[in-house]
Amino acid sequence: MSETPALELKHISKSFGSVIANHDVSMSVRKGEILSVLGENGSGKTTLMNMIAGIYYPDEGQIFINGSEVVIRSPKDAYEHKIGMIHQHFKLVDVFTATENIVLGLRGNGRLDLKKAAESIQEISGKYGFEIDPNKKIYQMSVSEKQTVEIIKVLYRGADILILDEPTAVLTPQETQKLFSVLRRMRDDGKAIIIITHKLHEVLSLSDRVSVLRKGEHIATVLTSETSESQLTEMMVGKKISLNIERSEPADPVDRLIVKNINCLSRGGVKLLDDVSFTARSGEILGIAGIAGSGQRELLEAIAGLQHIDNGEITYIDPKTGKKENLRDKSPLQIREMGVRLSFVPEDRLGMGLVGNMDIVDNMLLRSYRRGKSIFLEKKQPRTLAEEIIKQLEVVTPGVSTPVRRLSGGNVQKVLVGREIASSPSVLMAAYPVRGLDINSSYLIYKLLNEQKENGVAVIFVGEDLDVLLELCDRIMVIGSGKITGIVDARSATKEEIGLLMTKTESEGGTMYA
Amino acid sequence: MRNHAANKREPLFHIVKRDALPLWKSILVRVIAILLALLVCAVVVVFITDLNPLEVYKSMFDGAFGSSRKIWTTMQNTAILLCISLAVTPAFKMRFWNIGAEGQVMVGCLGTAACMILIGDKVPAPLLMVIMVVVSIACGTLWGVLPAIFKAYWNTNESLFTLMMNYVAIQLVSFFCTVWENPKGSATIGMINMNSQAGWFPSLFGQKYLLNILIVLVLTIGMYIYLKYNKHGYEIAVVGESQNTARYVGMNVKKIIIRTMALSGAICGVAGLLLVAGTDHTLTTSSAGGMGFTAIMVSWLAKFNPLLMILTSFLIVFLERGAGEIATDFRLNESIADILTGIILFFIIGCEFFVNYQIIFTKKRKEADSDA
Repeated sequence: MSETPALELKHISKSFGSVIANHDVSMSVRKGEILSVLGENGSGKTTLMNMIAGIYYPDEGQIFINGSEVVIRSPKDAYEHKIGMIHQHFKLVDVFTATENIVLGLRGNGRLDLKKAAESIQEISGKYGFEIDPNKKIYQMSVSEKQTVEIIKVLYRGADILILDEPTAVLTPQETQKLFSVLRRMRDDGKAIIIITHKLHEVLSLSDRVSVLRKGEHIATVLTSETSESQLTEMMVGKKISLNIERSEPADPVDRLIVKNINCLSRGGVKLLDDVSFTARSGEILGIAGIAGSGQRELLEAIAGLQHIDNGEITYIDPKTGKKENLRDKSPLQIREMGVRLSFVPEDRLGMGLVGNMDIVDNMLLRSYRRGKSIFLEKKQPRTLAEEIIKQLEVVTPGVSTPVRRLSGGNVQKVLVGREIASSPSVLMAAYPVRGLDINSSYLIYKLLNEQKENGVAVIFVGEDLDVLLELCDRIMVIGSGKITGIVDARSATKEEIGLLMTKTESEGGTMYA
Repeated sequence: MRNHAANKREPLFHIVKRDALPLWKSILVRVIAILLALLVCAVVVVFITDLNPLEVYKSMFDGAFGSSRKIWTTMQNTAILLCISLAVTPAFKMRFWNIGAEGQVMVGCLGTAACMILIGDKVPAPLLMVIMVVVSIACGTLWGVLPAIFKAYWNTNESLFTLMMNYVAIQLVSFFCTVWENPKGSATIGMINMNSQAGWFPSLFGQKYLLNILIVLVLTIGMYIYLKYNKHGYEIAVVGESQNTARYVGMNVKKIIIRTMALSGAICGVAGLLLVAGTDHTLTTSSAGGMGFTAIMVSWLAKFNPLLMILTSFLIVFLERGAGEIATDFRLNESIADILTGIILFFIIGCEFFVNYQIIFTKKRKEADSDA
């Protein structure tokens, strides 16, 4: 280990107010190496990387590049030290071409030579095996192409140290494989690569070494070849946990919600939902897989009465009476007044499901405040409910009167899911319910969904992690560009099969497996 | 050695958002701000006028509390400003930027004056009073609801809309001032019903402003309860925080926007009634006197809490009246009063920054951290 590391961090600390994001973190990455930074959400991975990229400034500690200490105060400083970061949320100008975005902000010698720039972009692409059209505009690109532009942008500026923040979160399995092979080629070319992730199998298949962070502290750095999934989990969470989801067989499923040929156009005339049909059954979890933004949100919102649909039918079958109710063109209030017990955990928790600045009691009130004839609010019952949820779901909060925005992501979600389950639904829709949650909270949510399923609720679960979808759901419906490209049996389907369906858009309809 | 080299380029300080400051600390910050403001004012006064600042402050205090008449006037002004502040509060809580209170008050004034001039001597006094109340509220409501309808259905910008409605209201008043001019040729209205006093608010216990003050007091408590305990108040808060959430739980956002602005406009109408029937007994284009805008500041400073608004509106009125007194007492230009008010407001509003944020100097980092 005599070689000087390309990048070394020594005793880095950073806090925001009273929240400690990083405490005394030391780690290093060598040239020609892929280092995974592994940790749960909120463990301080992104903060740490942002300090290397010049977005935050550390409170304490030193950063060394090739053995000499540097001060990085801005992203510009970072570029000067040949550090480039690819953020989770892309920072590109939509109406510009790939080339224009790549040269944007670079100081040239007065004349902008886009042709030359395009040539050197082609050269970089050829070297590492990117597929990119330099003259394509960003808004015409897929997510994976946009990511490619971000990576080339960093390479074009001569970066030798690359940091990628959760690069696979938005990719299909096939695209992920492609990205990994590019990264391996860069490693072989002598670049130092840091990849932030919380997906264990990616860590194991890609990286040379793994640094684990927990609650802002560096726990250990291990060689990938000498570790295992369970050891990494234990380091990440701090205790042994079992990563199994119990999946029971659906108990006499009956049709609960029938969606037939619904179509929905955006204001610009783009088809958000294209002839979508499916049936959700009681006692069953129906998973919805697809690349982010393929119409999952619109579909759930259409069922919940929040999204206008242009044609098609949404029929709800009452479990007690067997009566059919038409949900189309009904407002959320009308749906509720019809006696349809539909619960919805939306993707945007604090922007739609909850009010961030209100406390837990007031957030419980959202669903129940209309009850009673009095013109005044009745807070006793929501308070009891809030206390019950805090106790049963182990919500970590100073009290019922803390604004929910102050809670961590997992606790916010527990409050939301707890409230939605409390109304004993017959249909439960959950969009990305574990996004941003730590492992323990995630498994608690899976358990809650399973409990609902066993109670005979028709559960619709929109997920992004295919491994989880395959383990948790009974059937998986794949959506691509607003179209259902297939419905498969989760017990027999493979990840690759679903990955293919996710990107399949041209062919009509798709095969129905189940 | 390392520190020496690094310090050269390290930033001197950075700004960090605070967690909630304990109540006593946040009050302390504000008290310090006011003391500092008075100190700066003193320096300015000495520098410009060579007067003894203590005497200046004494005269300021006298301006607001010097005699029982002055005390009543201060309370009356506070009441009117408070009333308009109450009016804008539900709209602001809903994040509907109603900067048209001025116009809504003006049409309230106009409606009241119209009743007094046109039917003042023709209907019995109690009936006249009822008609005046109804008309002034209706006028204010109309002015408030119009921008709300456009916002709810076509998502127009409410700030521009309400702002422009101000000018329409002022031009209308200007027009009617000419129509109803008295005496002829003056283009002003003068005292309405000078002899019969028809439509004038009665004096209570010999105090002509007492009725105004009581009405506003009732409104204040009512608004506090409405916003805090009523279902409508809850809906307003949810719509203000997130329209998506409101839609998600099935609230009718359009209806709530329109209803809330109707309330906002209605209370402005009441303020117009208090101004014309209870205070001035006349109508001019400056009847509202910019209070529609000052009210926005009062409401924000009190963080939309109607009870705290009693304090903030009083503070503003005290400053205005005190500053006016200084100008007359020492025969200074009116501008000195404005300068002093400006300095004090600057400090009061500026200290909110220190309530919400803290500055950490790089060298003192460790002490600052442990302190927080």
